[in-house]
Amino acid sequence: MSDTTTKVRASLKKRYAAEKRFRLYGVTAIAASIGFLFILLFSIVGKGLPAFKSTFVKLDVQLDSATLGISDEPTEAELRAANFGGLIKQTMRDRFPEVSSRGDKKALYQLLSTGAEYELYDKVKADRELLDSTISLWLPADDELSALIKSDADLSNPDSIVTRMSDKQIAWAKSLKDAGQLEVRFNRTFFTNGDSREPELAGIRAALMGSAFTLLITFALSFPIAVAAAIYLEEFAPQNRWTDIVEVNINNLAAVPSIVFGLLGLAVFINFFHLPRSAPVVGGIVLSLMTLPTIIISSRAALKAVPPSIREAARGLGASPLQVVTHHVLPLAMPGILTGTIIGLAQALGETAPLLMIGMVAFIVDIPASVTDAATVLPVQVFLWADSPERAFVEKTSAAIMVLLVFLVVMNALAVFLRKKFERRW
Amino acid sequence: MNTAVATDTIDTSFIPRDPVKDSAQEAFHKLTETVGTPTVENAKMRSRDVNVFYGEKQAIFDVNLDIGNNEVVAMIGPSGCGKSTFLRCLNRMNDTIPSCRVTGDLSLDGEDLYGADLDPVLLRARVGMVFQKPNPFAKSIYDNVAYGPRIHGLSSNRAELDDIVVDSLRKAGLYDEVKDRLDAPGTSLSGGQQQRLCIARSIAVSPEVILMDEPCSALDPIATARIEELIDELRQNYAIAIVTHSMQQAARVSQRTAYFHLGKLVEVNATNDVFTNPQHELTENYITGRFG
Repeated sequence: MSDTTTKVRASLKKRYAAEKRFRLYGVTAIAASIGFLFILLFSIVGKGLPAFKSTFVKLDVQLDSATLGISDEPTEAELRAANFGGLIKQTMRDRFPEVSSRGDKKALYQLLSTGAEYELYDKVKADRELLDSTISLWLPADDELSALIKSDADLSNPDSIVTRMSDKQIAWAKSLKDAGQLEVRFNRTFFTNGDSREPELAGIRAALMGSAFTLLITFALSFPIAVAAAIYLEEFAPQNRWTDIVEVNINNLAAVPSIVFGLLGLAVFINFFHLPRSAPVVGGIVLSLMTLPTIIISSRAALKAVPPSIREAARGLGASPLQVVTHHVLPLAMPGILTGTIIGLAQALGETAPLLMIGMVAFIVDIPASVTDAATVLPVQVFLWADSPERAFVEKTSAAIMVLLVFLVVMNALAVFLRKKFERRW
Repeated sequence: MNTAVATDTIDTSFIPRDPVKDSAQEAFHKLTETVGTPTVENAKMRSRDVNVFYGEKQAIFDVNLDIGNNEVVAMIGPSGCGKSTFLRCLNRMNDTIPSCRVTGDLSLDGEDLYGADLDPVLLRARVGMVFQKPNPFAKSIYDNVAYGPRIHGLSSNRAELDDIVVDSLRKAGLYDEVKDRLDAPGTSLSGGQQQRLCIARSIAVSPEVILMDEPCSALDPIATARIEELIDELRQNYAIAIVTHSMQQAARVSQRTAYFHLGKLVEVNATNDVFTNPQHELTENYITGRFG
């Protein structure tokens, strides 16, 4: 046996062992990350799912003009001022005639959401014919009652239930449930309402629209500017000290903490240019500043990856420098540019800190209808709800995170679709 | 012409000491003027005293070489001898290298290549180029060939464009192989077909000169034979300059051969003469395989 053979043979075992060990590290790393991801998803989905359902109480409401305190032919103003709250209280008292003391009555009223009277008002406003008739109506329950019903607890054994409700309230709830007057339904309110102090009335719509508007502005500003900058730097700019400085600064900008961009937005766009506070337009501008370097850097990498032979071929045929870029280089670099853009936008979607500085941390009840309306965004909404004391906001928080994740997944899916569409081999 | 070349700036120390090569080195240092006949009557492209610098480093020394109509000029020489650099001066492809500087006179039909009247874009439409590695665009076969005519507006309607594409593919000897799949991507073709597609693409612009930079170096002998046949046919209509590493190829396709050595043009003569009766010692060493 030659010397080489002996030596190689002796070292083989060690080499394969090293490879095996390395593979093991890799598998462990992947397993660990999948594990953590599952724990995260499991905990969020587990906590958040109940938020997509809410409990309703069925009541037979007698729409008595006298109780409402309005005339037979009420005007708009009269209707708005009508005592729907009193009517609902009356209905509840009628349902439970045995309740007499002041404190008990108050406890009884607490079973229903404060939003119930608005629901009733909307109903009557839409159809005046309902006045002076008795209608059967499903009204939203209070968050405590809702949580109790959703948890499927044994209402006949109040001691076993962990709740802030009193034993009496639990007994009433049992009575309602036995009479089939309680029902758990899909929580439409969560997707149609803005924020609210009452968990059962709080919805994600305002934050969702705010995020959509903000991202729209971010994309509209950062994508064209970043791609143009990347193309100029990569394809046209002379290599000198100035371009070096620009390059270094772009890289530095990518590493600037995001809250600094928020301070900049506050100082420049709100204090100097007097753009509206809490508005997606300012949020979008601030986030585009933050996203720009990410997209520029990845776009430059994508442009650099296009083989020089393609450029030479086009140039050799007499294409002008701009034609070389727009006809050949850009289409080939597009998938990479889109990937960078989506990474930047996903980062912008999840950003909270800079938005706190420009006032997008507000309590927004109205759904923003344009980019200048006051709005908040999904991550800020998550932050606000996580800070709220009511127990029902715990599930809302997780549900909002789920909506945020779905938003992200939809965005990524769109990017993958676009990338597949533009992807061409060379 | 060809005076006082700074040969001492070239590092020739890598050439091993051996009697034959020592004499070659001596011959190289003595070389001040190109042997043979670098000029022709009614030249299509003319170059006089061309020097090319990459930053401080000089790559080409006082080259004079004409390319006549309807002839193929082969440029041979060892790696790094500057033949590709010289070729790329002929359609100003070196422009994009920031450190590259070209001095001397280069002209196409008497027009100065580096003059104000001749824009590089126009020049490259008149002087086509085929590269070492086939580089079709990531487009269909049709669009690859139609690209040049499209950007230069050579056709007024689709039918005319179709004619140009079919005609160019025919001239490149590719039409029969691809006529049923003009919509297929250019990159789906084999290496030899891709190179013929690139030739079709450059002749679609109806250039006056075609430059070829080692067009067959990435191809097998059969594909090479087809391209060589094609070059011979194209000679009827175009002036062609070809850089090649294969002396057999130079012998087969060219009418005149130029031998470059370390940035200098050593010898230019009719191909037959260069290979059967080289005038210069360096040329002889190279073609007999003793050198380079």
